[in-house]
Amino acid sequence: MQTQDFFQTKPTRLLHLKGARVVDPATKLDKVTDILIKDGKIAEVGFADDNPEAEKIELTGKMITPGWFDMHVHFREPGKEVAETVASGCLAALNGGFTGVAVMPNTSPPLDNAGIVGWVQAQAEPFPVELQVIAAVSKGRQGKELVEMAELCDSGVRAFSDDGSPVGSSALLRHALEYADMLKAVICEHAEDISLAEGGVMHEGAVSTKLGLPGIPSVAEVIGVVRALLLAEYTGAHIHICHISTAAAIEWVRWAKAKGIRVTAEVTPHHLLLTCDECTSFQTSTKMNPPLREEADRQACLEALTDGTIDVIATDHAPHPVETKEDEFIQAPFGIVGLETMLGLCLTHLCPKHLSLEALLERVVFAPRQVLGLPQPSITAGEEANLTIIDPDIDWTVNPEDFLSKSRNTPFAGWNLKGRAVGTISKGQCLMKGDRA
Amino acid sequence: MTDKIKSVIVDAQGFERTLTRLAHEIIERNRGTKDLALIGMQTRGVFLATRLAKQIEKIEGGDIPLGTLDVTLYRDDFRTRLKQPKVQVTDIPFDIYDINLVLVDDVLYTGRTVRAAMDALMDLNRPHRIQLAVLVDRGHREMPIRPDFVGKNVPTSINEEVRVRMQEIDGEDAVLLVEVSP
Amino acid sequence: MNPFPHKHLLGLEDYTASDITRILDTAESMREVLDRPIRKVPTLRGITVVNLFFESSTRTRISFELAEKRLSADTVNFSSTGSSLSKGESLLDTVQNIEAMKTDVVVMRHRSPGAPHFLSKHISSVIINAGDGAHEHPTQALLDILTLRQKFGDLKGLRVTIVGDIAHSRVALSNIYGLKKMGAHVKLCGPATLIPRAAETLGVDITHSIEEAIADSDVLNVLRLQLERQEAGLFPSLREYQKYFGLTRTRLEKADKPLTILHPGPINRGVEITSDVADSEHALILNQVTNGVAVRMAVLYLLCGAKQES
Repeated sequence: MQTQDFFQTKPTRLLHLKGARVVDPATKLDKVTDILIKDGKIAEVGFADDNPEAEKIELTGKMITPGWFDMHVHFREPGKEVAETVASGCLAALNGGFTGVAVMPNTSPPLDNAGIVGWVQAQAEPFPVELQVIAAVSKGRQGKELVEMAELCDSGVRAFSDDGSPVGSSALLRHALEYADMLKAVICEHAEDISLAEGGVMHEGAVSTKLGLPGIPSVAEVIGVVRALLLAEYTGAHIHICHISTAAAIEWVRWAKAKGIRVTAEVTPHHLLLTCDECTSFQTSTKMNPPLREEADRQACLEALTDGTIDVIATDHAPHPVETKEDEFIQAPFGIVGLETMLGLCLTHLCPKHLSLEALLERVVFAPRQVLGLPQPSITAGEEANLTIIDPDIDWTVNPEDFLSKSRNTPFAGWNLKGRAVGTISKGQCLMKGDRA
Repeated sequence: MTDKIKSVIVDAQGFERTLTRLAHEIIERNRGTKDLALIGMQTRGVFLATRLAKQIEKIEGGDIPLGTLDVTLYRDDFRTRLKQPKVQVTDIPFDIYDINLVLVDDVLYTGRTVRAAMDALMDLNRPHRIQLAVLVDRGHREMPIRPDFVGKNVPTSINEEVRVRMQEIDGEDAVLLVEVSP
Repeated sequence: MNPFPHKHLLGLEDYTASDITRILDTAESMREVLDRPIRKVPTLRGITVVNLFFESSTRTRISFELAEKRLSADTVNFSSTGSSLSKGESLLDTVQNIEAMKTDVVVMRHRSPGAPHFLSKHISSVIINAGDGAHEHPTQALLDILTLRQKFGDLKGLRVTIVGDIAHSRVALSNIYGLKKMGAHVKLCGPATLIPRAAETLGVDITHSIEEAIADSDVLNVLRLQLERQEAGLFPSLREYQKYFGLTRTRLEKADKPLTILHPGPINRGVEITSDVADSEHALILNQVTNGVAVRMAVLYLLCGAKQES
């Protein structure tokens, strides 16, 4: 599968991006101007004379930002290639405007050693996407023994997670934090008390009672988050809380940040925009873990996103084929895809109501890379071109059939959004969506 | 839909006279009231049967067993009608085995309701004989069914309807010919 | 009468009081058919009903099957034991296969809440929910309501308490929806671990005292207690449950008037209810069973008649 099948590719030997609004909070840049790219690097930011040799792209009315990064995706390879592969996941990321992703290790077998991590990295090689592997914390994700963290870090891993489950025991999480801190790596914790959540399929509350569906209580997340925070405090290590969803857990993160504990947190677009009321349709595209919560939780997520308690927006892109997802609610697997809807959802529903453009870019460009300790993109002469090109005014309707992901499981089908990625430039390649069929 | 009353076929006085005549005919044909019972068909047939039974009792004395029959569950148009008929009560508080039954209905039209009624009665037991008494026969039969006692024959066209009104539910006794505009 | 305004019976949540009344009125007529020497009418001749029971439930299945046979429908039974579901076929495939054999009505019992709702989006048959997990069991609630209407005439202001394992009960939820629509006051009584979270949002009162329930109710609807809840750590022992929540004659005698007792069956004698209570004249348990057939006949009649309209 090649990008040329889906995008118009432009050579970046000499590329002239004309007339877009260029926004880069890192360099306090926000103006309509041109960008000249030479051999994949930014040669000049500013109106440039027409060079007959340069490939020109007319971008009046469009917006250019540093490349977006989604630090929480599941690409299912190896093991569940019918749901997604690294290749299809990379295409979905590019289609959604992301130049970087971090893949979670809960594949089959799990990404728990340097060999398999290297294999996954190699699968992403042909695509202009910066693919960061988050390796498992424990061997086989069994929650018993630590993976060979140091060797994995040598292979380029910057973060570890047993996502899908919390780290098996408090002792193991403590040791993971200590060992990872020595390596300047981060533990990304799926914070949940399993014994409380077990058997549940949606948020426990009035709606689950009405539907007779077994509930996942919010306190299951709170206990998981508190455990993670206290161990981060005790070890002095950096913990990253994945997909936070409850008002109470957010309160604890706020407390921890005030206390100086090294914690960062992420939230998904669906927890910012949907509540468990959606489940009354029994549509399995509303089933994910953590589950959609109540309106008060959603408001708390928005507030924490605005005040900076939550650092990152990430999709928790969790593809499932129609064969397994189109089933009765209890039976269907948890998770929804998100790579190809997040940018539109953020621009339509979060910015500028809850976040300024600058703050939004902080949470989708810089913070995720900072959590993972990755170099930051910058729209400055001499830097590698790592850009997302956005049409901020386009009205479009989410149609899962148009996804480049192999899966279609989204609760946002039919949503009308304003703003969509139209291209990306990274790793020396420029991909533009356009006339190509 | 606006219905136009074309004529009053039977007025209140005529209504009572017709019932008296029908009562006499029933007694005569059955040579008295031995083993005789009336079955009124929901809804107006029930009131007609009640009144006929009273008349017969007045003439012959004794008690005429009286039953109520709802044929909704036996209809052949259950799945095709636009409106769904309401299931009403069937109440026949006596054994119909070997009894001379007189089935009473207000208007005889296609004969399908009577067909359903006979099926319903046969499911209850084996009567000796079933006779049919109707207040009005308006023609247009779709089944080989013929009434034994007729109050009045009224030739009608297909877009006309015969409406029987009765004191018990309509506040007056009358038979009306109505034109139904589609 | 206008056509019945629903294609399916998935639950009572989306039925109005007048829909329920229409089913009850029709069921009264159906009860008369059940008292005849020949308990069969030809109404649903030519209609094929499939009883899909993915969870065993002998009584509900027999009740539906009798209702179908009384109305002369052709019936086919399917139960999950020995079916293709154990071979990895999905619910949707199973049902689509059966429907391809030209059926009209699917009566379904399934362990998963929403399973009949899921199916209704994919197949064209009329679907009657015969119980979906802990969600709804609408015909059970309808027969309970019919039984109460026969006894009390009107449910307005009637105080009904549902006693037992509310959290895992489809009977409770359907009863709450149905009873409230008919104007009854509903109270739930059981140990805190068996009352669902946020139950008060259903518009009911909650008590953990069986004595209080008895003092404040006209009717007790007693649910079956399942032993596996003890294994799940939701209550300590049957002995303790019996002692603090069991319905006994001694407890009932403290009420100033006799209470009407319902139970959806099967009864655990000596656990949630003692034999002398279950067999007393105030227990309408067998009445419920007969009404069950009548109610299911009424539902089949009304939904099949509406079919051509949809």
